Order: sequence, then structure tokens, then C-alpha cells
Amino acid sequence: MDQFIEQIVTGLSIGSILLLVALGLSIIYGSMGIINLAHGEFVMLGAYAAWVFHTYLGLGLLASLVPIFFVVAVFGWVIERYVLSLLNNRPLDTILATWGVGIMLQQAVRLMVGSELRYVQLPPALSDSMDVFGISVSSYRVFLFVVSIALFVATWLLMNRTTVGMKLRAIIQDRSVAASFGINAKRVYALTFAYGAGLAGLAGALVSPLKSVSPDMGTGYVVDAFMVVVLGGVQSLAGTVASAFILGELSGGIAFLQNDTVAKAIVLLAIVVLIRFRPEGLFTARVRA
Amino acid sequence: MSISRRTLLRNTAALGAFAGAGLPHIWIKNADLAFAAGGEIKVGVLFSLTGTTAIIEESLNKATLLAIEEINAAGGIKGSKIVPIVEDPASDPATFSEKARKLVVGDKCVSVFGSYTSASRKAVLPVFERQNNLYWYPTLYEGRECSKNVIYTGAVPNQQQDEFVPWLVKKFGKKFYLIGSNYIYPKEENNYCKKLLEKLGGEVVAEEYVPLGHSEFSSVINKIRSTQPNVIFSTVVGDSVVALHRQYKAAGLDPEKMPMASLTTSENEVAAMGGEAAAGHFTSAPYFMVHKSPENEKFVEAYKKRWGADKVTHFVSEACYFQTYLFKQAVEKLATSDLTPPNIRDAVKGQEVIAPQGKVRIEPENLHTWLWPKIAQAKSNGQFEILVEAKEWLKPVPYAAYPGQSCTEKGLVEKS
Repeated sequence: MDQFIEQIVTGLSIGSILLLVALGLSIIYGSMGIINLAHGEFVMLGAYAAWVFHTYLGLGLLASLVPIFFVVAVFGWVIERYVLSLLNNRPLDTILATWGVGIMLQQAVRLMVGSELRYVQLPPALSDSMDVFGISVSSYRVFLFVVSIALFVATWLLMNRTTVGMKLRAIIQDRSVAASFGINAKRVYALTFAYGAGLAGLAGALVSPLKSVSPDMGTGYVVDAFMVVVLGGVQSLAGTVASAFILGELSGGIAFLQNDTVAKAIVLLAIVVLIRFRPEGLFTARVRA
Repeated sequence: MSISRRTLLRNTAALGAFAGAGLPHIWIKNADLAFAAGGEIKVGVLFSLTGTTAIIEESLNKATLLAIEEINAAGGIKGSKIVPIVEDPASDPATFSEKARKLVVGDKCVSVFGSYTSASRKAVLPVFERQNNLYWYPTLYEGRECSKNVIYTGAVPNQQQDEFVPWLVKKFGKKFYLIGSNYIYPKEENNYCKKLLEKLGGEVVAEEYVPLGHSEFSSVINKIRSTQPNVIFSTVVGDSVVALHRQYKAAGLDPEKMPMASLTTSENEVAAMGGEAAAGHFTSAPYFMVHKSPENEKFVEAYKKRWGADKVTHFVSEACYFQTYLFKQAVEKLATSDLTPPNIRDAVKGQEVIAPQGKVRIEPENLHTWLWPKIAQAKSNGQFEILVEAKEWLKPVPYAAYPGQSCTEKGLVEKS
């Protein structure tokens, strides 16, 4: 029984990391429809920002979270403004452009700070473990879980309870009609993209003490993020949450019973099969066309 | 007369074909020159500077160049300078093979220093065997290879485990949890480890492989908790090592009761995971940065001076460094006109050099290296403390896990 609970908690923890990484993509891909292959590089930039703040400014991870969000968001804003907004309604070109931007970011980091693995310290206050339902869990993993839920709630509120969110939803439904009501679509797109990028940066900073920081770390995360968003259903934030935890439990469970190699293969296979029969993903937001 | 695009293309192609076939010397530079011409000896340096394994291979490139610069500064080899030709194979085996061909056939290098992963070594092997050139491979690896065209200066399984596994059993107990990355090296190391454990009456509670680059170890840690091994025997490589150590530490496991014993965790990985995550775990290797010897002090100091004070040396970069000196010694034995890869191979057999780890020697039988096994424990300051040092150097036995086979000067032989 203990082992069962332990495994459930592990799945929740894996799921919360997936959610963190996928949330930004869920906005950018899910809402704006941009297939952003540079998403992993935003995650990587966030992790490097954490390293820079820690090494050069002596700031702890927790203290640097807010600046990291803004730094990576600015990157996102610049890329939207000067690359993507010039490629409106050209999805294939956007894929290539974001992929190219991703490679450039990777190489830029490699050239500037070298390709060694970098080290980000676990916040000392969260470095021990605590009891959850009678089993011992790393405090930092609990913290990640709480943060990922909080970020989801914030994002949901932003999309559904603020003017910017309302404008974005209006643009998504019909750009030209929204524009004729005086909504500045360009500005809203740029801000949304920047927000998504900022979230990815936060994710990178938050996972960096548990994992490793290297210029090509983003590659793995972008695949995970797309799996989560596609499975959850495009345009559905709640779907992203559900699918992150489903994937977390699934891969954690299979990895425990078999091993991680098998888990990875089975999870991918399951997603492929599911997409074959339900191309819109598990959850779909109903939008009147 | 108008030239259509098609005619132009055809004519250009024909001209290209003629130039390629008829005038080979414009394609193959220096085809008519000897290996050492104009006081220069060309060698290839083939380590990835971009891509996944650039993380570690960059340091191998640096150690090799350092040794070459030192040799040249001290007058070169009998007056000739070593000229390194650096190529970046971008962590991709196919590119390794392409660049190796370029170095050997195009640049006429007399030897190439290169490779970190076994996959990349296997990819370049046909090039060196067909061209009868020489490849110097500095990495510890899984053994089970017997090529006439490779000088192996890293440890093979018997040199990392013969001392290590019995020591672990004696100190911590007989229950081993084997975990590795999912490719050939960890599987062969574990294969040998299981043989040793069988002799010692040990027990393998689990043998598990994670995908390369894997970074989520919660389920593995749950399994470790439920099987309660005495030792976690790790051959996880690359950034996965960092994730494994950090998550082990975050999960509150105790290295005093259940240490990780690794064949792959060097100063490089420790720097990336942070001393506190590495502290208390063990590594077996022929070289550690803290090893006390005049040669090592000189090496570490020169390395930091050349590449930066925050840089570390480790058991693969050390091999890069001393193998370049072995190359120098072998070339010194030859007359300039005799300078060919096969002659260098014959000259290097039985060569000895005082490396930072101690005096090493190339075994004439199998072209592997006699090394000095050491066992060390990681400290929270990011360095190791050497606990056990071999009293004698250890012979390389690349087929140690396969008693029916052995590597000799004639090649691989099956014993009856």
C-alpha cells in the first residue's frame, strides 16, 4: 500500500514538472496556434538565467524567479515582434523560423558561456524531505507541485478574467472582426507570446536544481511539452493539466514496474494511438464557429 | 550561341568529373608528400565541439592541444613541429566517420586523436583499418575490441572493477543495484560486474537501463527504496548522472548506507551536480585531479593556466594528455623517412611514459594501456579523496568477461 501511495505521489511530481514545461506552450501553441519549436530553448534560457543570477549576482533561486520570468519574456517578445509577426498566417514558415531561432539560441549560449554542464543550487530551505501521507518526499518536489498549480491558476485567470485574456480569445475566434472592434491584435499577440516564453523560462529555472543545465537541454523538454499539449487538446488549459498528470502517472508507473526505456516507448505509443482515434486530444474547448 | 541551363550543368559536371579523375592532386592535398614534410608532422584532433557530448569532448580537445603546444614549445619532435588539424564531428557518428576520412585521406595525418563515445569509435574504425592509419582513443570503454589500428589509453572493465567491486562488497555488503544508460558500455560493464559478484557470492537485486539523456529518476529511486541494496552500481553517463545524484540527494537517501559506486562520475560531472550532491559517493578510475605526483601538479597547473582557473582535469582528459606524449616518444624512435602509421604503431608497443597518474605502458599484445586503478570518494568541495591506490599497475584485459577469447598481436584468438 505504501508503495502504491509512493508511486502516486511520484507520478504527481513528474506530472507537475511536465505541467510547468507545457504551460507556456499551451498558451503559445494552444491559443495562438504557433508551433514554437524554440520552446525548449526558452526553458534552457530560464535555466541559464538562474545560473547567471546565482553565479554572478549571488541571488538564490527563489529570489531570482521573478527577474528570470521577465528576462525570458523579453526574449520571447523580441522574437515575436521581429520574426514571427512578419510570418503571419504562414504556419510552415513559422515552424522553420522557430526551429532556426532555437538552434541560434543554443549556439549563442554555447559560444558565450561554453558547453559545460552548469550548476544551480537547490534552495537550502527546501533541500530536505518531508512527510506526505506517511511517506517521505523531497520538499523541493512538493514546492514544484504547488508552484505548477499556482501558475496554472494564474494563467487561467489571466485568460478568462482579464481584459487582455478576453481580447486574446476574441482575436483567436476572428482576427479581423476583433480588429474592427479596435483591438490591437499585434500587441496582444506579442504580449501573449512573451508570457508563454516567460513561463517556459520559469520552468527551466525551477527544474534546473533537480536536473542538469546544458545548452541542448531544451530538446527533451520541447518533445515532452508537445506531447502534453497535443494529448490534452489544443485550446484547453484544463486539458493540459489533466494530460500532464496522466502522463506523469503513466510514465512513473510503467517505469516502476518495468523501466524508463519501456515507459518512454509505451507512453509515446499510447499517445500515437490516441491521436489516431481522437485527433483533437482528450479535452476540447467548444468554440462556436 | 546561347547556353541553356541544362547544357551548362552538364558541362560543369563533366568538367568536375574530369578534374576529379584526371588531376587527383588538386583534390587530395599533398598526395605526393611524405607524412612529415617541411618540418611538420600533421595529426588530427577529432573531438566534438558542438552537440550532445561536446560537454565533455571539449575538455579532451583542450588537453590534447595543451600537450601538443607543450611538445612544440620544447622543440617539437626531432626539430619537426606537430601541427594539429582540429575538426568538429558534432557528436554525430556519421560525421565522425566523414571527418576521419578527411583527416586521413585528405590531410594525410599520420595519426588522429579522438572520440569519447564508443559509438563514434566504432564509426571511424573502418576508415582507420582500410587506410591502415592510427587512431588514439583516450576514453575508458567496455573492452571487447581488438583493432590493430587503435591505441587504447583509457581503462577497460578489469582495470576499473577488479579492485573496486571486492572492496565495495567488503565495505558495504553484497546486494548490488545495477543502473546504467541504455547502450553498450553500461551493459558490458555490468556483465563483468555480475561475473565478479558471482565469484564473491554477491547478489544483483535489479539491473536497469535508462534512456540516454534521461533526467527523471523518481521511479528508479522508489525502486531503490523498495529493494534496499547495499551498493548502487552506476554506469549512467552524461547529464543523466547529474540528475540522478541530485534527485538521490533531494529524496533524502543516505550515501553512508547506500552509496553510489560509479565508473563514470568524474570531476567534470561533480562540478555540474554540485559538491553536496556528489559527496559520499565513490568512483573508480586510474586518475583523479587530486592525485599527488609532480607530473600531475605540472599538468593541472598548465591546464588551468592555458584554459582557465575554474577548469578541472579528469580521467579522460589525463589520458588525452599522456597519449600525445606517447605519440611523441614513438615518433622519436623513427627516422623521418620511416614515419608511417604502421611504423608508429610498432614503435609505441611497450613504450612507457610517466603520466600524471603514474608510469603507464602500452601493452604490445593488445595496444591497450597498463594503468593504476584508484578508488576515490567525492567530497562536498567538488574534489575527490583517494582512498585506495593500486600498489602495482594493472594489465589491460579487454576480453576479461569472455574467458574464451583474448586479444593478441595476431588479432582476436579463441582459446580452446
